[in-house]
Amino acid sequence: MMSDDIAIHISGVSKDFVLDRDKENTIKGLIVNSWKRNKGHKVLNALSDVSFEVKKGEFFGIVGRNGSGKSTLLKLMAGIYSPTSGRITINGKLTPFIELGVGFNPELTGRENVYLNGALLGFNRKEMRAMYEDIVDFAELHKFMDQKLKNYSSGMQVRLAFSIAIKAQSDILVLDEVLAVGDAAFQQKCNSYFQSLKRKEQTIILVTHAMDNVNRYCDRAMLIGDGKVKLIGKPEDVANQYTLENLNAEKTSSKSKSKVVSNEDGSTRKLSEHVKRLDIVAQSPLLFTKPTQDEEFVFDVIYELTEDIPVDLGISVLYQNVSLIEHNTKKLKINHNKNTIYTLTYKVPLKNLNSGRFDVSAAIFQKKGFILIGFNTDSCSFIIDRGVKSGGGVIVSRGEWLINE
Amino acid sequence: MLKRLFSKQNRALLSELVRTDFKLRYQGSVLGYLWSLLRPLLIFVILYFVFVKFLKLGNGVPHYPVYLLLGIVVWNFFVEMTVQSTSSVVGRGDLIRKIRIPRWMVVFSTSFSALINLALNLVVVAVFMAINHVEIRNTLLLAAPILLEIYIFALGISFLLAALFVKFRDISYIWEVLLQAGFYATPILYPLSRIPSIAFQKIIMLNPMAQAVQDIRFALITHQTTTIYSLYRNNYLIIVPFIVVVLFLFLGVFYFKMQSKYFAENI
Repeated sequence: MMSDDIAIHISGVSKDFVLDRDKENTIKGLIVNSWKRNKGHKVLNALSDVSFEVKKGEFFGIVGRNGSGKSTLLKLMAGIYSPTSGRITINGKLTPFIELGVGFNPELTGRENVYLNGALLGFNRKEMRAMYEDIVDFAELHKFMDQKLKNYSSGMQVRLAFSIAIKAQSDILVLDEVLAVGDAAFQQKCNSYFQSLKRKEQTIILVTHAMDNVNRYCDRAMLIGDGKVKLIGKPEDVANQYTLENLNAEKTSSKSKSKVVSNEDGSTRKLSEHVKRLDIVAQSPLLFTKPTQDEEFVFDVIYELTEDIPVDLGISVLYQNVSLIEHNTKKLKINHNKNTIYTLTYKVPLKNLNSGRFDVSAAIFQKKGFILIGFNTDSCSFIIDRGVKSGGGVIVSRGEWLINE
Repeated sequence: MLKRLFSKQNRALLSELVRTDFKLRYQGSVLGYLWSLLRPLLIFVILYFVFVKFLKLGNGVPHYPVYLLLGIVVWNFFVEMTVQSTSSVVGRGDLIRKIRIPRWMVVFSTSFSALINLALNLVVVAVFMAINHVEIRNTLLLAAPILLEIYIFALGISFLLAALFVKFRDISYIWEVLLQAGFYATPILYPLSRIPSIAFQKIIMLNPMAQAVQDIRFALITHQTTTIYSLYRNNYLIIVPFIVVVLFLFLGVFYFKMQSKYFAENI
């Protein structure tokens, strides 16, 4: 038996999906397949041996890349799927939906949809009438309630759905990437609503891609990948690990891309006929957790020219597409020969950079006329995590306060 | 058990699903709900001319037009409920994949919509009974249990078909053909007495729909209707149609319950 302070207990849960090669939902398919004996089947192991607990009153985050098994896990918790093996114990009432606006019908009016959606959540007409005003207030849609839903903008639909969903008074609230909805004002509203839920110690499970939200709301978080639990722990750690995994995945995908179409036009990597190669390769780790004063991010720029022309190389370190650091090789006075591979190493001191993800890019310029003949901005990034106490801002604050009396 | 099935939440859901279904059914049509009454009426007019005026099939049967209408109304209810239930689970796939609601509720709400339509159609029948001066007898009360039997039979089949349809989409076509066969194997257009061989009459009456259609005609229209009781006398075979009904209910509910766990992933 599980103790009283546990809201959700999941132990050794696995979920397999049988993928039929051509979905055997015809009698012919059934006959042919049973003839061939399982030849048409492929089993997809969406989750394997997942175990974790969520405590009561906890704000628990679940992150993972697309296809990692997040949604399957949610559907299992919500009771939409049943597990292939393992046990799921839910202590209390869990919201039964995993998406906003389920069952919304475009042909019905806003008002009718509120009642229909309420019924799906288990409220009868009387109860819905009592909370109707609240819902419309929160959604700010007074003028539109007698309009058909198909005339709503998508933002309005989401607002309405969200307002109904949060009324579903369950012990455990499951939210799947809903924080990124509506305009800024509505997001602010949702924000304060979440904060109030957190204060009220409501158990909440949040599935999201936004690491800001994980850091801001969650008490604990879990990273899943390939159907397995990769990490459960502090939100910062999980968020970092997730960002790092994404970086690696990006890198491998962009690498394989460049192998196949190295000279093809791309928005992030473009080489003219003068440049044969321009790569950035990290030499140090990509993740720096609480770096010391003199730690550095080290990378190599590897390039090769097809002609004997005088060029300069430039690198820059960007934060959200804003260049923070730029450095070129003008002072080095390198004599370039064609068809020779050059490797330059660059060290970025970290002491001034605050927490965040930084991207590195490189460019090659023809000395004469300062013409850009090649650039690469997509293949290298690093992350700094200075912990919670570091405060905001991209640059580490070196300023001081003085009190004048 | 029943208390749990009809909890407050489930009742709210049922009423809302049925309400939505009705609101949307005649959306965009000028006459709207009137079609629920007009459709059986117009179909009746066609059948009246073909079978009563031209073919004169009902000679000798008192109140044959109403007799014919009642049979059609009952049969149409059976067809409507089973056909719509077949695609009900798949049709509500958006709900089933994304929200935890009792799966059987989807079939149940479909059956309710069909029941409401049946009630409207029976109003039309009642009007025609009055016009035809059909004598009102106390056997009228038997109509309720007979309708219940038809509903339970249709419900069992509906559960079975709805669950099968998730896996095998051929079911809808197969069922269409079976219904067509059933329509001719049931004495709806023709009086049972038109079948010369008593043995065939007996076989036909083992079908629950044939038994129920004849019974309700006996109860409402005329006692001259041949029923399973008058055919078989005291033979134990009288219970066959009822056993078939119960069998289908159990089979349907059992299979549906077994499969419903996997609806979300199979749709």
